[in-house]
Amino acid sequence: MSTSAPNGRIGETLLEVKGLKKYFPIQRGLLRRTVGYVKAVDDVSLYVREGETLGLVGESGCGKTTASRCIIRLYEPTAGQVLFKTRALSPDGSPQVVNLLELNREQMNRVREEIAMIFQDPINSLNPRMTVSDIIAEPMVIHGKYQKGVSEERIIELLRRVGLRPDHLRRYPHEFSGGQRQRIGIARALALNPRLVLCDEPVSALDVSIQAQTLNLLQDLQQEFKLSYIFVAHDLSVVQHISDRVAVMYVGKVVEMAGSEELYANPLHPYTEALLSAVPKPDPLYKSDRIIMQGDVADPSNPPKGCYFHPRCQYAIDLCRQKTPEFRELKPDHWVACHRAEELKLRGI
Amino acid sequence: MTLTAQETAPTTTDGREVLLEVQDLKVEFNIRGGVIKAVDGLTFDIKRGQTVGIIGESGCGKSVTARAILRMVPKPGRITGGRILYYRRPRHPKPGQPQDLQVIDLTTVDPDGELIRQIRGGEIAMIFQEPMSSLTPVYTAGTHINEAVSLHRLLPLKKLGDQMAETIMAYRHVTREEAREIAVQMLRRVGIPKPEQRVDSYPHQLSGGQRQRVMIAIALSTEPSMLIADEPTTALDVSIEAQILDIMRELQRTANMAIMFITHNLGVIASMAEEIVVMYMGKQVERAKVVDLFYNPKHPYTKALLQSVPRLGPKTGQRLASIEGMVPDPLNLPTGCVFHPRCPAFMPGKCDKIVPRWNQVGENHWARCLLYEE
Repeated sequence: MSTSAPNGRIGETLLEVKGLKKYFPIQRGLLRRTVGYVKAVDDVSLYVREGETLGLVGESGCGKTTASRCIIRLYEPTAGQVLFKTRALSPDGSPQVVNLLELNREQMNRVREEIAMIFQDPINSLNPRMTVSDIIAEPMVIHGKYQKGVSEERIIELLRRVGLRPDHLRRYPHEFSGGQRQRIGIARALALNPRLVLCDEPVSALDVSIQAQTLNLLQDLQQEFKLSYIFVAHDLSVVQHISDRVAVMYVGKVVEMAGSEELYANPLHPYTEALLSAVPKPDPLYKSDRIIMQGDVADPSNPPKGCYFHPRCQYAIDLCRQKTPEFRELKPDHWVACHRAEELKLRGI
Repeated sequence: MTLTAQETAPTTTDGREVLLEVQDLKVEFNIRGGVIKAVDGLTFDIKRGQTVGIIGESGCGKSVTARAILRMVPKPGRITGGRILYYRRPRHPKPGQPQDLQVIDLTTVDPDGELIRQIRGGEIAMIFQEPMSSLTPVYTAGTHINEAVSLHRLLPLKKLGDQMAETIMAYRHVTREEAREIAVQMLRRVGIPKPEQRVDSYPHQLSGGQRQRVMIAIALSTEPSMLIADEPTTALDVSIEAQILDIMRELQRTANMAIMFITHNLGVIASMAEEIVVMYMGKQVERAKVVDLFYNPKHPYTKALLQSVPRLGPKTGQRLASIEGMVPDPLNLPTGCVFHPRCPAFMPGKCDKIVPRWNQVGENHWARCLLYEE
């Protein structure tokens, strides 16, 4: 795997996820017997470099949110490795790569200072009974970092940085608009100086003009604080805009991962091609020749044999129905899980 | 209520008949603390078979407009001015019902009366945004089924086929068997797999995308003259969205149905609408043919809106052009042009003082902006 990029902003690998799985048991009957599993995340491998944004796209139910929550162990993964370069565990703050899934509770809590989250819904993700100041201070209090005076100044600084005013400190979430609430959520995420921020659909609940403001803010903050983002979203235009690299998920698996320009221009997986062709373009003269995907998304509790995408894939052959394709690096930094990736000529944007 | 029975509706230069004419519509909400002008002087028309898009951000009044047409403005809102002329030519006239064209001013119709019930859900159908929240769990099968279905809620305790058949029978003269047959056909047209079996399933057995397709099937099963689609695909994935837009386009072609398409998604509207109305804070700020609007926008708000969406394709700039500031408090609107505090073309002493008029800026192109006034 390449670990550095020509761009000076992007550094070495910060997070590497290998073979991540999360199966939710389906329990039935009086004895709550396990009768099957929902394979929400089924073999996800990806990596994020320092200062980089990795977009994670896919249709609803494809496991992108579950995967991002497994990384920070909000859900306990069933299998796999989450290798993270942390500075929180060594006494002198020197970096060391650890598997987050092997950490004990106390160690994990320390690492969580370095990984923050921003949620989709700016209404439900803020406690309505707490003031803005309490909301932003909460991570510091939980991690024992709150110091009177110093922390208050930091909160005011954070508020300013996300475009709110110090006189907003004593107000409650309901007094703010959706875009402002998302800014409060962003300020809270930054409170502990994280290095990786998991953004779960951070702009999909916002209006177009507010969405643009928020995306610009996220990019500015990334520059300033050298943040890495995992940006989970279903809007492919937004993901292309903000991401350096993009991973496409389908029914619990990453099916393709590449630099965002490469992925959008030269997709190698038929699902990516179909998804890109379905995006409505804001141009009335654009003649759409989109690919119609037959049928519905596969059921993650009873996925088809072979490649999960084969029942909807116009290029499927017998091999696709039999054998699960391997996720491999076909071109430098362009990964794909498709048997026919070499021979197919797919259409990008 | 019925103004006149006349031979012909107004037609346009290309010979198409006008179906709905909204003239200077005003809707106000009297709340504690003041009056919100949710819709303030909206004027547009929709021809038969035409799609008109209404775009704007949340709170701009686009959904209230849709509800005003169907006389479903929630309390304490009310229509305080203007007219909504509906040129009615019933597709499935009941015996004894007039067959000629009628002109009905919907603003004067009793919102709970028999006339609006015939129109709402049958002649003018509606699809709402969220298939999930349209599912009202407190409804039992006995609750005004026709009304509920015509308002496009799926009843959780009733089979899809029965729900669809009720709606179809309320607006078309068919037997229960025929209605069921139509329901199966409609489900097939909207791409529900195995419609003969699905017609006997309950709403909770469907996925979100399928539920939305069922809502569309119900809305279209009465062969409406007009469909009001309020963010019909916002909660859906792109692949399902594309399917549903295809279905709507196809039914429009085959049934000459007009569509009022309300959305904030500029990509969707570009591929669907023929004409677009842009709204901001209850006011119509621009109206034009879709190509003119996207390629030659006149109002600074429209321009900013178009620039603030990320576009697919080779990366150009790193930052998005965003509209500065926030949507103003509707109880405390700015003076002059409501957009002036956020406007990049703000002219001090002018935009904050003078309320702009509705200016014609081109053929079939209007904008409410002082840049286009002498």
